[in-house]
Amino acid sequence: MAVTDYLRRRFMPHIWCPGCGHGIVLNSLLRAIEKLELEKNDIVMISGIGCSARIQGYVDFHTMHTLHGRALAFATGIKMAWPLLKVIVPMGDGDALAIGGNHFIHAARRNIDVTAIIMNNSIYGMTGGQHSPLTPCGDQATTAPYGTVDSPFDVVRLASAAGASFIARTTTYHAREMTRLLAAAIEHRGFSVVEVLSQCPTYYGRKNDAGDAVAMMEGFRDGTVRIDRKTAETSDGDPGRLDGEAAGTPIGLFRREERPEYCEAYRRRVVEPAMAAGRGESETP
Amino acid sequence: MERRIEVNRNWCKGCRICVAFCPKNVLELDRKGTVVAARPGDCIWCGDCEIRCPDLAITIVREAAS
Repeated sequence: MAVTDYLRRRFMPHIWCPGCGHGIVLNSLLRAIEKLELEKNDIVMISGIGCSARIQGYVDFHTMHTLHGRALAFATGIKMAWPLLKVIVPMGDGDALAIGGNHFIHAARRNIDVTAIIMNNSIYGMTGGQHSPLTPCGDQATTAPYGTVDSPFDVVRLASAAGASFIARTTTYHAREMTRLLAAAIEHRGFSVVEVLSQCPTYYGRKNDAGDAVAMMEGFRDGTVRIDRKTAETSDGDPGRLDGEAAGTPIGLFRREERPEYCEAYRRRVVEPAMAAGRGESETP
Repeated sequence: MERRIEVNRNWCKGCRICVAFCPKNVLELDRKGTVVAARPGDCIWCGDCEIRCPDLAITIVREAAS
């Protein structure tokens, strides 16, 4: 199947600004799904609110546009009810980590088999360029005319501490790698997090003199350092920090480990004993 | 194998990402600001334009020669 066959072509061209990195995430995601040869009906994409959330409107899968920050809560319910579905949750940086911060850490803790894509453009684009929990300290935003005071989260470290079993970071410049990582994340059984550094030339770029989309992607190319899994966990066990601290944001696959998946664990620990008790096979559930 | 660069002119927003990252300088924007394959003979079919297009407007069509 051609990549564009996975699109709801009648809604194209999409609403994103010229050069918006979110389109590249859509492009890479469709290529990952094509590579995995998944059926449209086997996938459900659930999003919250924001520029990033619009992505589910363009894909021809089962889709749901839900509440700001709460997409993971809806995704948890859908996955529990129908564990055979591949559940993909695209989120923006604010959607995932401000409004939905609590849902994010608890989904990671449970290790439910959901693929969370954090499309990190460092700003709230749709509402006019407010700073988000991933805006780098000191950067400009509509709500930070003197530069942000708050330090940003590090998604890799946060996901790691919260217990996600698959963690990766990539950028829109590294589109081939993004396709590979998204495919691996979708295949992974457990909570997988893929952070994609994405450009918002309209708000973040303009407010921070970052140039156009091309210049911002060159920034991703030049400002990142590739890791491999051997160096991902350093001697002090801190993923996201590189031994020898090379200059630049580390990208690549930081963690892929097997842990009991939530739907499976729930079935074994709760559903099966409860059913057995109902049949009178056991005294206590 | 026949190959060609196909541009969906209704979807292209002229962001210039494909033009900038083409290793062989095959693409350029026309007067309307839409991308065209100006030098298709130089194309090495790497697909860098296709995978980085935010508007899914570029397709490298690969067809077995009949």
